[in-house]
Amino acid sequence: MKQFIAFIKKEFFHIWRDKRTLFILLGMPITQIIIFGFALSNEVKNSKLAILDFSKDVASQQLIQKLSASKYFDATAQLKSFKDVEPVFRQGKVKIVVVIPQQFANDLQHTNQAQIQLICDGSDPNVASTLKNYATAVIMDFQKALGNQQKLPYRIEPEIRMMYNPELKGAYSFVPGVMALILMLTCAMMTSIAIVKEKEMGTMEIILVSPLKPFGVVVAKAVPYMLLSMVNVASILLLSVFVLDVPIRGSLLLLISEGLLFTITSLALGLLISSITDSQQVAMLVSLMGLFLPTTVFSGYMFPIENMPLPLQIISNIVPAKWFYFIVKTIMIKGLGFSYVWKETLILFGMTIVLFGISIKNFKTRLA
Amino acid sequence: MDNQKVIVVDELTKRFEDFIAVDRISFEVSKGEIFGFLGANGAGKTTAMRMLCGLSIPSSGKASVAGFDVFHQTEAIKKSIGYMSQKFSLYEDLTIKENIRFYGGIYGLSKTQIIDKTKYLVEHLHLQKHENSLVKSIPLGWKQKLAFSVAIVHDPAIVFLDEPTGGVDPIARREFWELIYDASERGITVFVTTHYMDEAEYCNRVSIMVDGKIEALDTPKQLKHRFESGSMDEVFLKLARKAVRGE
Repeated sequence: MKQFIAFIKKEFFHIWRDKRTLFILLGMPITQIIIFGFALSNEVKNSKLAILDFSKDVASQQLIQKLSASKYFDATAQLKSFKDVEPVFRQGKVKIVVVIPQQFANDLQHTNQAQIQLICDGSDPNVASTLKNYATAVIMDFQKALGNQQKLPYRIEPEIRMMYNPELKGAYSFVPGVMALILMLTCAMMTSIAIVKEKEMGTMEIILVSPLKPFGVVVAKAVPYMLLSMVNVASILLLSVFVLDVPIRGSLLLLISEGLLFTITSLALGLLISSITDSQQVAMLVSLMGLFLPTTVFSGYMFPIENMPLPLQIISNIVPAKWFYFIVKTIMIKGLGFSYVWKETLILFGMTIVLFGISIKNFKTRLA
Repeated sequence: MDNQKVIVVDELTKRFEDFIAVDRISFEVSKGEIFGFLGANGAGKTTAMRMLCGLSIPSSGKASVAGFDVFHQTEAIKKSIGYMSQKFSLYEDLTIKENIRFYGGIYGLSKTQIIDKTKYLVEHLHLQKHENSLVKSIPLGWKQKLAFSVAIVHDPAIVFLDEPTGGVDPIARREFWELIYDASERGITVFVTTHYMDEAEYCNRVSIMVDGKIEALDTPKQLKHRFESGSMDEVFLKLARKAVRGE
């Protein structure tokens, strides 16, 4: 035990001496959360809107006013003919053009039916479809206001409620995502680098000749990074609650325990990487390619897994972050208890055991 | 006491599939002896040393180190040996003091022992002014002396040195060997591999390995006599030229 503590102390010296890395390790979650929280948002605000109004009557004016009054649009240009449409898109300023045909008010009043055309810049499909939805909503609203004056025979009015995330805030999904990413990076990458460093420097040999057990060495290497990760979990949670207004609806204790489990899974992965690599650069590359990428792509916080082709959906199952992301989302955002995440917890647990098993076996064969 | 055998090796062999790295070597080393273990690259020195340190299990034969069997008591062996390798064995980003404490710690010395040892070593190596400097900032010669002192911080029965003086100047090497003599006088057996033949002359006895076998084992003086050579360099060349296998 005394030997063990001496070793952990040494690890802390290493981390402490390397101030730059320490700074990155502790600063990364903070910057990530802030970047994701403020810079990245699926909401599109103040998009430039151009209007091609052939009608120029009361109804069309009202509609245009309503559109430009919404916070999503800025009516910037009045176009004169269809010829002007392409040039404004080419300049790239305008994202959507609303075309109101002649006799708009007339048609509305007399035939109860009028047409309107929305032209969007499809080169950015996400923005285009979001804008289309916003514009359609404004137009529906306008229509409803008209409808109140005249009675329509049938009308279905859907009332929409977004459970768990009424404002559809993006932060609700990336806080758990960033947590998975940060834990994966700090634990797996840093542990693998720290162990491979000893191999590279030749100090590993000295340690192997010493009475320290290899397993003890590995655990001692992991302990400081585990503590760092817990600090990161704390800073992520504090930032999300107090800065991004993302609530922790479920049990904090359960959330932290799951965080600890995932930390250990990541450590096991780092250990596996260190047992198959011999230089720090290779360890770093393997960690980035083998962990960072799958974690961002397959955990589900950036790209919905449901939309992926089946083979990719199957592959996503072996990415531990996917399960952790689900667990954190369930506990934090939905506020559900252990009975809803026990299966995922068990999967993570199983993965951890298997990873540890393989890496310890690798470690031992190297010694024989 | 002086004739006590701390290393006894009998027909020790290590096979890797069909390659025989170490081929039935036998020798004994007495307590306090400085035993030179020579051989060209690829002769099997490192493999033999790894077996004696408990890092590798022999394929056949018998050997005991500090009275412990290399097959079954590797943990006990590890506690009673020190080891210093050709690759640098100190932590560059730790201070001199922290390095001494760390090695004392992993060999299970008590707190007071560690404090005493640290004080003694720092004074002995004249490093008082530098005890809080990072190891990367001190000259290579100092580092090597420190590494040796750290390798014997727990007063082991035997210390294994794997090409300890690579890359240092002759003066620093001379000083390094003074430390080795000191240790030997204190009863620590020194098992050293080297490529410098002048260093081989400093050893009490020298063995020369060629192709996995020990071709010669005697005092430097006897070896020179037997091979009718003026220096260990010639002896080594005469033997090593017979080698069939290369690197």
